[in-house]
Amino acid sequence: MTFSSPAPTDEDIRAIVAPMTSLEGPLLPMLHALQDEYGVIPDIAVPVLADVLNLSRAEVHGVISFYHDFRKSPAGKHILKICRAEACQSMGGEALAESTLARLGIDWHDTTQNGAVTVEPVYCLGMCACAPAAMLDDRVIARLDRARMDKLLDEAGA
Amino acid sequence: MKIWVPMDSAAKALGADEVAEAITREAASRGIDAQIIRNGTRGMIWLEPLVEIDRGDGRLAYGPVGVDDVPALLDGAMDSLGPVENIPFFARQTRLTFARCGIIDPLDLDDYQAHGGLAGLRRAIAMTREDIVQQVTDSGLRGRGGAGFPTGIKWKTVMQAEAAQKYIVCNADEGDSGTFADRMIMEGDPFTLIEGMAIAGIGVGATRGYVYLRSEYPDAIKVMNAAVRIARDRGMLGQSVLGSDHEFDMQIRVGAGAYVCGEETSLLNSLEGKRGVVRAKPPLPALEGFLGKPTVVNNVISLATVPVIFERGAEHYAGLGHNKSRGTATLQIAGNVRHGGLFEAGFGITLGEVVNDIAGGTASGRPVKAVQVGGPLGAYMPVEKFDTKMGYEEFDAEGGLIGHAGLVVFDDSADMLRMARFAMEFCAVESCGKCTPCRIGAVRGVETIDRIAAGDAAAADLLTDLCETMKDGSLCALGGFTPYPVMSALRNFPDDFATQKEAAE
Ligand SMILES: Cc1cc2nc3c(=O)[nH]c(=O)nc-3n(C[C@H](O)[C@H](O)[C@H](O)COP(=O)(O)O)c2cc1C
Ligand code: FES
Repeated sequence: MTFSSPAPTDEDIRAIVAPMTSLEGPLLPMLHALQDEYGVIPDIAVPVLADVLNLSRAEVHGVISFYHDFRKSPAGKHILKICRAEACQSMGGEALAESTLARLGIDWHDTTQNGAVTVEPVYCLGMCACAPAAMLDDRVIARLDRARMDKLLDEAGA
Repeated sequence: MKIWVPMDSAAKALGADEVAEAITREAASRGIDAQIIRNGTRGMIWLEPLVEIDRGDGRLAYGPVGVDDVPALLDGAMDSLGPVENIPFFARQTRLTFARCGIIDPLDLDDYQAHGGLAGLRRAIAMTREDIVQQVTDSGLRGRGGAGFPTGIKWKTVMQAEAAQKYIVCNADEGDSGTFADRMIMEGDPFTLIEGMAIAGIGVGATRGYVYLRSEYPDAIKVMNAAVRIARDRGMLGQSVLGSDHEFDMQIRVGAGAYVCGEETSLLNSLEGKRGVVRAKPPLPALEGFLGKPTVVNNVISLATVPVIFERGAEHYAGLGHNKSRGTATLQIAGNVRHGGLFEAGFGITLGEVVNDIAGGTASGRPVKAVQVGGPLGAYMPVEKFDTKMGYEEFDAEGGLIGHAGLVVFDDSADMLRMARFAMEFCAVESCGKCTPCRIGAVRGVETIDRIAAGDAAAADLLTDLCETMKDGSLCALGGFTPYPVMSALRNFPDDFATQKEAAE
């Protein structure tokens, strides 16, 4: 996941969302497509989406800010989501999360200094019978312990 | 030789992809002619990656298999667990909804049909709308998403509503900790869900369907999208479902990381592209749902159970279960357990049987302290309540709920004050913000629990009052049910709320 392309233009945004205009309820699919492309929802997308969907900018902005998934500022090269929900807690997930953040020297939602990893909380990955679990980008890893987590962080270049 | 290696994301999270690669490699180097099939999981997660091999005399199970075990596995030198059907955890189950999961290749529609798939849809196509809905009512099926509302009654309301367009919306937001049944069936037998939605569409007169699938499940999203494409190509979806006069098609939509979007009205707003805030009811989604049109909103398991009801008949399904909870419960045994996974059996089994006999107690080997049943809005059940039977009314009578039937086991190292605090914190993070009791109440709840922890004895009464306010005044069950875990922790584990105070005295 590296996003180093120049800032998108009005036309870039329109081209990405154009295939979705005929969907019923197109805004979320459009936002996902934009984030897949740029790693964030670019600022310029707000007025363009407002225009395309005949909404106010405030409405578009309100939707973007409501959902945990949509980013306004870029993440690191990789996103590590650590599960904080109950089943993972029952298997020591909280201590694992703390030691991970301590090793990286960052807090939740922060990115390591070298830009390699952003750590986000997540509430359940459906791995509750093999907890604790985390997700590095789109890959889920279960029955984590410190050794497995260290290996994961090394792979991610943290 | 046929070899099955699950592609379920829990199996993959435990190394199934690496094992599949190693098998391919080693088989080639040994000159073994092996057909490798990526199946769903059989649901015994402690045995994953669970590999099955058929050398011509039936499927034998091996697990957990690591990459290092592969040479021995192929040389026949690894001990087998025997046929999956003989493993006690599996042998005790009654698999209806999950009958095919782990057995077939999830994306092979022919394999699906060879195992009973599409029989229910074919039967439904030959029935009137009224008869379809009546079958569902007669089966006694109740919503598996949490509220336990009779599915047939919901369908009837939508069937009778007059509108140019109606919708079937599948709730695949599965945000509850301790639950993974929706994920398992979508990854392991996706056509079952598609078939169930098609039957629902034909039954109520809806031609369009959506699955609202959480973004935290990238594998399930891929499998469902692929399955919908195949179903469309093969005429199971489209203008003429299986060549009939009925039209039904569907799409997969991806959520964006908001727990509250599992609440049906919030989900509908989200699907429409709005903020996922809860709508006031009435109007019921059945009458004014997606885009204001009559809409069936059902959980994945509710819909995925419909095909087997039509395949085997409503009486067969209703013949299982206990009191007003008919059919099977798809229990998800999770947390600190020795044998975790999916366990499908008729309602009526006791909580203690599940935790002690089936799950074999804790993974840590320490005594069980509490079991949270029904997700983050469910009660913490103490060991004293282990004779509670799995059933909607039975749990309600004990101050709990079954919800989506997830069970999270905690050993005696759990601090129930911390768990109560977490419940409030979670509610504060995930509140949609529309109603004050939930939005503000949850924040006050965290503060109040911190006061109890600091030794303020009066704060426990405050917490009780606050919970009453949240219960009575919240717009939806997020604020309304957060008091379940909080109050059950306080009532059932008073010692955990007293330690700080006593230490200070
Ligand atoms: C905060 C909250 C979260 C919910 N999350 C889910 C969910 O993830 N999946 C689900 O099926 N139902 C969930 N529900 C229940 C739904 O509102 C609704 O009852 C259900 O989708 C109806 O389908 P069913 O009758 O088949 O259970 C949730 C409810 C609340 C209040
Ligand atoms: S609670 Fe962590 S994966 Fe479900």
